[in-house]
Amino acid sequence: MLPRPTTHSKALGPGVAGPELAVATSAVLDRPPQPGAHLPLSGAQPCAVDPATLADPRQHTKYPYVTGTSVMAIKYKDGVLVGCDTLGAYGSTKRYKNTQRIYHVNSKCVVAAGGEISDFQYITNLLDELTTDDYRTDDGIELTPQEVHSYLCRVMYNRRNKFDPLWNSLVVGGVQEGKPFLGMIGMIGTHYTDSHVTTGFANQLARPLFRERQQDDMSEEEALKLMYDALRVCYYRDKVSINKFQIAKVTKDGGVSISEPFALDMRWDYKLFAQPTKWAVGAW
Amino acid sequence: MDANAPSTSAPVSMGTSIIAVTFNGGVILGADSRTSTGNYVANRVTDKITPLCDNVYTLRSGSAADTQAIAGYVQHFIAQHQAEEGDHVTVKTAANLVKMMAYNNKDIMQAGLIVAGFDKYGGGQVYSISLGGTITATPFSMSGSGSTYINGFCDKYWRENMSEEEAMDFVTRALRYAMTWDASSGGCIRTVTITAAGTKRQFIQGSLIQPTYGELPREQIVA
Repeated sequence: MLPRPTTHSKALGPGVAGPELAVATSAVLDRPPQPGAHLPLSGAQPCAVDPATLADPRQHTKYPYVTGTSVMAIKYKDGVLVGCDTLGAYGSTKRYKNTQRIYHVNSKCVVAAGGEISDFQYITNLLDELTTDDYRTDDGIELTPQEVHSYLCRVMYNRRNKFDPLWNSLVVGGVQEGKPFLGMIGMIGTHYTDSHVTTGFANQLARPLFRERQQDDMSEEEALKLMYDALRVCYYRDKVSINKFQIAKVTKDGGVSISEPFALDMRWDYKLFAQPTKWAVGAW
Repeated sequence: MDANAPSTSAPVSMGTSIIAVTFNGGVILGADSRTSTGNYVANRVTDKITPLCDNVYTLRSGSAADTQAIAGYVQHFIAQHQAEEGDHVTVKTAANLVKMMAYNNKDIMQAGLIVAGFDKYGGGQVYSISLGGTITATPFSMSGSGSTYINGFCDKYWRENMSEEEAMDFVTRALRYAMTWDASSGGCIRTVTITAAGTKRQFIQGSLIQPTYGELPREQIVA
């Protein structure tokens, strides 16, 4: 079988230790390995930036421009729920109110992101290539959520090592061998799996709710109610959010469904809200 | 390190939308109700319309601490002034007291205030005091981070001598548009109407504010 050029290692840019450098090239012959077990035979110099990248015209994402805010996800009896709003903010301007931040990978897996939207679009492009490869192989085997999680970890970590991170916090949700799967990956490659994962403000706001009320065997109704409460509190207390959400559901039997955007009822009708200083004259 | 890590060390600021308009018979002051610390909404039902005295109110934007301090001092000065004069203070005097505080402490303050009220000599008046302490008298004024989004709207739709209803409609529409674009503004709409008859407070809660383009109507509320 002929070696197929994979785009994925190229995605990480030149100077990456990968299958290409494992083949004897001038990089290896020109720089014969010094005696010492600590030097990689691939020829890549450890702890040194590849000189080719120094005079590099590539853009480096130093700060985000159009961003998505929190993502929150929980496991329940039949699968996982992943929820977030549909806002693409431009600094403090609520600019794009129709951004879908949940990507449908295959029948077993979704990926959702907070952070820079252009970097997320790049990631969905990479995932699309993987899914297309799977489709062409046509053996009925799809990428599992665990594999997507591992793959994205490597991409994020390697980009971080080149001081050119993909400015995203990713959530991978799906069903792995009949069991719900939830994982998170940060922009520097930090990753973990758990029964509930959150990014951004949801870390502070939704996680306490999840810790209190999430159970692996909860029903879909309970899980939805918990998700609505979490989305609601994130809308109240995160200034860069809108009352327009999507929830993706991945189940063992039902595959993936991403809901149409919906709104939630917000409580503004507490009596004291009308006159907060009624019983504290002179206060603010 | 999360891509959207919230920062509670950011100063408490009323990234804000505030507006004051004169109409035939008085003034209407309007404000949103959001106070943010970085991206965290510290207070979603803030009251940014503060009385300086019975007939003059002020709208506060910028650093919450700075504007509260200024308002506190000016409330005291006006009370003293009124005790000495035996009469209601004029809106112009009240506004100039606020300007004095803002201007003399300009290096350390970050405060943009709008002072508006009604007095028997000049009727309804609006004075805007910007960051450096400049005072300007205008028939209507908007300020705060959200005001940039409604500059065009206000220029087009404001008219002289509106009725109270028209002015109220103008204020609530302007704030609605500002709040939908500015993340630092949001929550509910508070208004105060000041006329010869006195002052009237109104509160439009968040769920009853009409949605704008891109937002969802109440029919699509699921829970």
